[in-house]
Amino acid sequence: MRGSQVNQQDIIARSATKVPSPQVRSGNVERVTKLIDVTRCIGCKACQVACSEWNDLRDEVGECVGVYDNPLDLTPDSWQVMRFNEFEDEQGNLEWLIRKDNCMHCADPGCLAACPAPGAIVQYANGIVDFNSEHCIGCGYCVTGCPFDVPRISEVDGKSYKCTLCSDRVFNGLEPACVKSCPTGSIMFGTREDMLDLADTRTDFLKSRGHENAGIYNPEGVDGTHVIYVLKHADRPQLYNDLPENPSISPMVSTWKGVAKPLASAAIGLAALTGFFHYVAAGPNEHGEEDEQAVRDDEAREREREHSQREEQP
Amino acid sequence: MSLAKTDPSLQRYSLWNRLNHWLVAISFVLLVLSGLPFFHPFFWSLTGLFGGPTMTRILHPWIGLFMAVMFVFLAISFFRESLMRRHDIQWLKQIRDVLSNRAERLPPVGKNNAGQKLVYWIMLGSIALLLITGVLIWQPVVGQAVPITLRRLASMGHAYVAFLAIITLIIHIYSGIWVKGSFQAMVRGRVSKAWARHHHNLWYEEEMEKERKYRNITMRNPDPTGEEPS
Repeated sequence: MRGSQVNQQDIIARSATKVPSPQVRSGNVERVTKLIDVTRCIGCKACQVACSEWNDLRDEVGECVGVYDNPLDLTPDSWQVMRFNEFEDEQGNLEWLIRKDNCMHCADPGCLAACPAPGAIVQYANGIVDFNSEHCIGCGYCVTGCPFDVPRISEVDGKSYKCTLCSDRVFNGLEPACVKSCPTGSIMFGTREDMLDLADTRTDFLKSRGHENAGIYNPEGVDGTHVIYVLKHADRPQLYNDLPENPSISPMVSTWKGVAKPLASAAIGLAALTGFFHYVAAGPNEHGEEDEQAVRDDEAREREREHSQREEQP
Repeated sequence: MSLAKTDPSLQRYSLWNRLNHWLVAISFVLLVLSGLPFFHPFFWSLTGLFGGPTMTRILHPWIGLFMAVMFVFLAISFFRESLMRRHDIQWLKQIRDVLSNRAERLPPVGKNNAGQKLVYWIMLGSIALLLITGVLIWQPVVGQAVPITLRRLASMGHAYVAFLAIITLIIHIYSGIWVKGSFQAMVRGRVSKAWARHHHNLWYEEEMEKERKYRNITMRNPDPTGEEPS
């Protein structure tokens, strides 16, 4: 199963594909969601280890630069990374905000919109956005399209990689590896409905404890995400290592990939056709006998002039 | 230079100009064919011409770099003759007469008409922009190091400028088919006097003036070999 999309007949969106994708087997498929309750995270990084373990990823061992973030950023071999931020609240209390950063599995994925390779990025009926890397050409457009700066391109094989939400596990009825490994229940997984419900319960609980700004991060700009956060400071998501407040596909990307391109493609065809029909209507642009005659006249006049000049010479 | 019997009398493009032009032209066509698949999936099958999608992605920037270098030479060679003149504006205003083959109503033009000059300037601008935007999104050579906003802008710009350049290319190619003798001029480098008089009257007058001066000189100092000036 792993690494192949054979027999996946529940593809609801497919990159660079303008015709419907095979999706007949999406009848009873419910959308899934991973809920990351940041308030319960202790930063143990068991999820990072489980991710590497399950996905057979072995990133290069880096160096400690004096912060807890390790590795410092997402890489083609590290599909998730814990982001540690220190924050001093209004009362002067220090808060350690730890956010598990990985692909958000947008309902409206910017990577998929930007990708030029047919089928290199797919979205299944359960909402998971998956890179079918065999079709990936390594152009980096997915990075350009992503509002969360998630995909990373491998220097080894030139392909783009990111969290799959353990699509292979999920297809077989298992939760993602990170969820399985979490010792505090900070990462939960289930149907979208259940997870939104659970997130509400957690938010209400946090509010009852006096965290009135607690809330759910499920940004509308990308039609919601299949990875959602419960944040204590939902009014200021940027506190969590610059989590974008209102992410959406950049207008530059939608202008670049939107309706203009099919129109432009048609215009290119039309331009060629216009040329052909212009030829049919107006005919070739060629010189005629009058030009030949004029040149002969010019040359005769020239010879005459030279002749008279020669006679004038001593 | 030896001339085939059928080659007409006026030299229009030197051998270097022609080689230069066709190197640019061939790489431009390759760029269109290898770039269109990334423009719209409708053209995806064109990647088959370049050894597959990933190979197309790898080759496209290198062909582009080659073309940009070649175009610099072409741009320098054709710079002076591409400067817009007053009669070019008048010619452009009468574009309907141009398109309806009513040459007798048009003002005489020099070595290049306003349409050719526009192609020069549009291509000069587009190729410069395509080079800059292309380098900014070049994976894996440059792309990763460029700030994301700039990459988005460059991706968008590259697509739109490419569209402009492709439309200009189509017009340019069609003009070569439509104006009889001009394709041959760029292949063999030569045109007949009648062709020059009809399409580029001012240039024809200039060339005739040159011939006149040349003959005047040879008349006073006859060439001992007795060869006719070509």
